Amino acid sequence: MKTQFVALRTPIIAMVVALTITAVLLLLAGADVFAAFGVLLTGALTTPSRIADMLMLLAPLLLCAVGLTMSFAAGQYNLGIEGQITVGGVAAMWFLRGYQDGAPVILYWIGAVLCGMLMGALWALLVALLKRYMRVSEIFAGLGFNFVALGLALYLVFGPWKRPGVASMSGTEPLADALWLPTVTGTRLTLVTPILAIMMLAIVWRLIRHTHWGLQVRACGLSALASVRMGVPATRRTLEAMALCGACAGMAGALQVIGVYHALVPNVASGIGLMGLLVALLVRADIRWVAAVALFFAVITSGSIQLPLTLSIDSSISGVLQGLIVLAIIVARARRGEEAA
Amino acid sequence: MHVSIQQLNKSFGPVSANQNITIAFAAGQIHGILGENGAGKSTLMKLLSGVYKPDSGQIFINGNAVTLGTPRLAVQIGIGMVGQDPLDVPVFSVLENIACGMQMPNDADIRQQIIHWSTTLGFPLSPDQRMRDLTVGQRQQVEIVRLLIAGSHVLILDEPTTGITAAQVEALFTALKTIVTTGKTVLFVTHKLDEIAVLCDTVTVLRAGQIVGTQMAMPISKETMLTAMFGEFLNHPNAGAKSIPTDAPRWQLKDTMLHDATFVLGPFNLSLPKGMIIGLAGLEGSGQRIFMQHLAGTFYPDRGQVHFNGQPLTRANPLVAWLPADRLHEGIIGAMSLSEHVLLMRDSLLAANQNATEKAAQLIADYAIKATPDMPLQQLSGGNQQRAMLALIPESAQGILLEHPTRGLDTVSAMAIWQRLQVRRDNGATVLFFSADLSEVMQYSDAVLVFFGGQVSRLLARDTLSEEVLAALIGGVGFAEVSA
Repeated sequence: MKTQFVALRTPIIAMVVALTITAVLLLLAGADVFAAFGVLLTGALTTPSRIADMLMLLAPLLLCAVGLTMSFAAGQYNLGIEGQITVGGVAAMWFLRGYQDGAPVILYWIGAVLCGMLMGALWALLVALLKRYMRVSEIFAGLGFNFVALGLALYLVFGPWKRPGVASMSGTEPLADALWLPTVTGTRLTLVTPILAIMMLAIVWRLIRHTHWGLQVRACGLSALASVRMGVPATRRTLEAMALCGACAGMAGALQVIGVYHALVPNVASGIGLMGLLVALLVRADIRWVAAVALFFAVITSGSIQLPLTLSIDSSISGVLQGLIVLAIIVARARRGEEAA
Repeated sequence: MHVSIQQLNKSFGPVSANQNITIAFAAGQIHGILGENGAGKSTLMKLLSGVYKPDSGQIFINGNAVTLGTPRLAVQIGIGMVGQDPLDVPVFSVLENIACGMQMPNDADIRQQIIHWSTTLGFPLSPDQRMRDLTVGQRQQVEIVRLLIAGSHVLILDEPTTGITAAQVEALFTALKTIVTTGKTVLFVTHKLDEIAVLCDTVTVLRAGQIVGTQMAMPISKETMLTAMFGEFLNHPNAGAKSIPTDAPRWQLKDTMLHDATFVLGPFNLSLPKGMIIGLAGLEGSGQRIFMQHLAGTFYPDRGQVHFNGQPLTRANPLVAWLPADRLHEGIIGAMSLSEHVLLMRDSLLAANQNATEKAAQLIADYAIKATPDMPLQQLSGGNQQRAMLALIPESAQGILLEHPTRGLDTVSAMAIWQRLQVRRDNGATVLFFSADLSEVMQYSDAVLVFFGGQVSRLLARDTLSEEVLAALIGGVGFAEVSA
């Protein structure tokens, strides 16, 4: 009981500090603090369509956060996640462009998702290989590859895959209607993405916490030297964990193309990977808290959209709050002398 | 400048690193500070250079009590330290490195002083060279020049000859002799007896945090210095040492040369037999660690080959267990429990269908570890962590390599650990260990390898040795006759 309380004390204090600073900022902006927090926390939950919008953010966010938890467990800070989402979207689009009217749609969906996962995994593997064999920090390599992935998407949208006649940032020619994932009536939400996200959460949960493979991955993340000494194949485990993270991100990218944008848009990642990084930083390698934290972030991000409409406050306050929470937790951990991840 | 210390004490937790240190250093001389690994040399120098604050006691400069506080303050008062690893900014030039710590730098003036001191001391330095293009020895020269320009009257050098070339050592010694002729004081920290003999005017020996020989005027015989470093020699009963078998060896090294970033060992030929405990004796940093890392297969030799059971040793042989001294960094995973460690190593530890928690509980009972199977190992005391690491050596291990197996452990724990290792030896494993404690080497080894001056001795049966002979060999006296 006592240890549980100690474990919870840090996040609670950090949360209070972050909320207080946010409240001060809101006060300085002349806003009604309690009303603003109210909208942040409940704005996403007031109508079915708003709940649907929140779930549309939550599902890919959860996929990315689950993947990142895997890479963090292996001690890898996979900042290349945005690029891995993007190439996942590109690969899915590439596969779907081969669709002919009347072909079995379900096979194209499965194929597109698998292509996205494969491409995301390869993109992450590139970063991991650079780290292992060229001693390039995975943080910088990942950030670099993000720009390469964005460049690739831009090239395709404005070049070979552009709409006939017009090339525009709004994306490639939309997919055939038959290829759009079915949505819940009256909303833009497809249930496929949340279901797959929960599936990936269950798989990664089991892998990390209940398999020998996961034990070895965590050992590499905690101490590469000691795990090598004890015979753990550290290089392989690290590469596998990174590839799995890339596959989760690639799946998210593919599903954004099939289920949300119905085309390849350059900004297919749209910051979801970065928000996933915040979630992963908060939970560190502890998969048990990923879903709850991702849900919280999705709720306040979606809720913040109501702020300009109801209270004339800019919606960026949700990002401020998220950033402050993560910062406060990291400071609290550093003060307790724990390692960063 | 006259530096004296009175009744200085410094502890780290329960460990007393310096006890009642009282000493005075006369100006215009080179004072050697000698002692084994962990004797308290570095702590004393860090107290003098303001890195640490003393728990009690006083430091006097020219008779006035001073509080040094920070390295910056120490340098202002006139005490400067050249660390084991020179700290500098690699992309800066020599001039920029020297100027960046000064309060009112005047580039032209500093440039002139760099040229002045380099010429005086015979250092081949130019103000515009980039630090990253310099060797470790040259960076050390920059550091000395920097401290002199900053006005240091007392220069402290901590193990300055590690990792620099013989020519640079000679240049350094000449320079230090020049520096003291200007009335400055040099404190030279080392564990190398030869360096004390050729360089120093006096020598002060530390052992276990205390001064055991104060300001002995050179020349002094190596034997006297060794007696001071290691204490009175105990004569252990020689019973129980196994004679050296001649059947197929466990490890075989033929015409082998090993190296790491700063050290070369060999070439030499050695056969290490089965079923023996072999102690590695030698002053700190004489190559024992890289020797073990090569036997463990984590490094490959420059020349020649390391064979284990007649086969060339490949990376991570499961039959060789290596137990590093830095337990929490290289040995075990602090955040994981003994059960999790058992699971990690299940291929070599667990029988089919054996439960990891049961196995961990069994190891805890067998090795008298104060822990539960699910407790993270970082919560255990050092002695219990060491027992856990020993418990995790697979039964199948035929080669066991240990760094400081009982350092920091109480006598009972140490004896318990040796009992386990003797059982392993009796089952045919070859156990190698190194320890700073000569009496431990004498007490538990069946045979000894001595490391000196980049060379290894042949395998010496313990029955042919006494602590006196061993201490002399460590200092190089009579080493040539036993070299491998």
